[in-house]
Amino acid sequence: MSRWLQALFFLLIVRPFLALVLGVNLRHAERFPKNGPAILAANHNSHLDTLLLMSLFPQSQLHLLRPVAAADYFLSNPLVAWFSKNIIRILPLKRKVERGDDLFAPLLDELDKGRILILFPEGSRGEPEKMSQFKNGIAHLTSLRPDVPVVPVYLHGLGKVLPKGDWLPIPFFVDGFVGEEIRGIENRTEFMAALKSAFEALTAEGKFSEWE
Amino acid sequence: MPHNLKLALYGILALLVLGTVIIGLKKWLKPGPGDRELWLRMRSWWIMAGLFILAIAVNRALSIVFFALVSFLALKEYFSIIPTRRADRRVLFWAYLAIPVQYFWVFEAWFGMFIIFIPVYLFLLIPLKMVIVGETQGFLKAAGTIHWGLMTTVFSLSHAAFLLALPDSGNPAAGSAGLLLFLVFLTQFNDVMQFVWGKLAGRRKVIPKVSPGKTVAGFVGGVATTTLVAWLAAPYLTPLAGWQPIAAGLIIGIGGFVGDVTISALKRDLGIKDSGSLIPGHGGILDRVDSLTYTAPLFFHFVYYLHY
Repeated sequence: MSRWLQALFFLLIVRPFLALVLGVNLRHAERFPKNGPAILAANHNSHLDTLLLMSLFPQSQLHLLRPVAAADYFLSNPLVAWFSKNIIRILPLKRKVERGDDLFAPLLDELDKGRILILFPEGSRGEPEKMSQFKNGIAHLTSLRPDVPVVPVYLHGLGKVLPKGDWLPIPFFVDGFVGEEIRGIENRTEFMAALKSAFEALTAEGKFSEWE
Repeated sequence: MPHNLKLALYGILALLVLGTVIIGLKKWLKPGPGDRELWLRMRSWWIMAGLFILAIAVNRALSIVFFALVSFLALKEYFSIIPTRRADRRVLFWAYLAIPVQYFWVFEAWFGMFIIFIPVYLFLLIPLKMVIVGETQGFLKAAGTIHWGLMTTVFSLSHAAFLLALPDSGNPAAGSAGLLLFLVFLTQFNDVMQFVWGKLAGRRKVIPKVSPGKTVAGFVGGVATTTLVAWLAAPYLTPLAGWQPIAAGLIIGIGGFVGDVTISALKRDLGIKDSGSLIPGHGGILDRVDSLTYTAPLFFHFVYYLHY
């Protein structure tokens, strides 16, 4: 049921909105994972990040996508919680760890089922169009599943369209850069270094006029 | 559809076929590294011409919506490449709202409002909104750049659409759509001819500091060819007669060149090569309509003064 709702929501609302109001210029689209299991690691500036990343996949693959999202934020209000769980189909992640919690078990479980996780290693949207320090939860995940490819995606412009703390989207063209997949690095420090340098390379591909 | 208009549309179709055949032959006889780019460019011409012809063929309202959409895409591209201030988010939103309003005046054929809405009312309104927001750091630059964008991408381009609001009686065999087709076709044809003459015979550069690709031969050859075609086509599509088609050809040829290099100067200032990537082989939409931002208002007022 929720799979069909999701498909309709993307077909009738998300895709037309993104095409007309925004317009996405995606570089190296061929580097996107064709099927799961895989992890997309993207920078985070706006709620639209998740919708945009999902819309870059064909309609038929939508159900494979599981955006990992903060449980305390998205499950606090019943309406948002219903929408997040049934339409976006998020995978809620606790940000506060308690003793005995196995935070990553549900994520590993989804990967083992061949799903594609969408992760924002910055952890929160932060200042629009500024990248903050990556959290290394993703490295923990890849150390347990080193064979799952991690595809870095750098998005630019969505922080201008809809930054944190605002509700009115303003049309801008948006740029996306897909990086080469990272795979097979078990060591967490090495993985984080590889991810960081991948993002540095992607960031350097675009030249943008920033907010003044 | 008026008879001459139909003929002209067939003519454009024939030109597209000819262009495709020439590029195909070039690819086959003398393959080069630029072939893929040329091919993409030709494909985009087919799509753009197809959409434009479809809009004209259906009715006036759809043609106006078509131009409103072009203005929206061009303004969006402009706001995406220039530096803007976070404080101006609501101001930019107002600027976008000006598009449906401006094209509504076109639809209503309300000339008085059409001609002052952006140069007067928005010119006064945008700074007012900015003052309400209250951020004074960078105020002058923001007010200037936002209004320049509106004038270029909305006000200027909407002149092309306003040709459709003129009475059909100017040249009943083509109707007012004949004027629009004449303007848009010659502007784009002029771009292509300046490129072709530049490639064939171009040596000395016209304005190397702004646009290193532009040559004297490209400019002169382009303007001459455009003027010749204007002289040939004007009796069929427009009310222009006598010396007037020659003047119209010169206006479109020279105006198109200036519009082109103006956007080149903007891109050079920002340090980018293309304004976007919406149209494969051409770059962004601003790269495609840059000439039209000059030719549309210039041609419109020339015709309006003489015949309406």
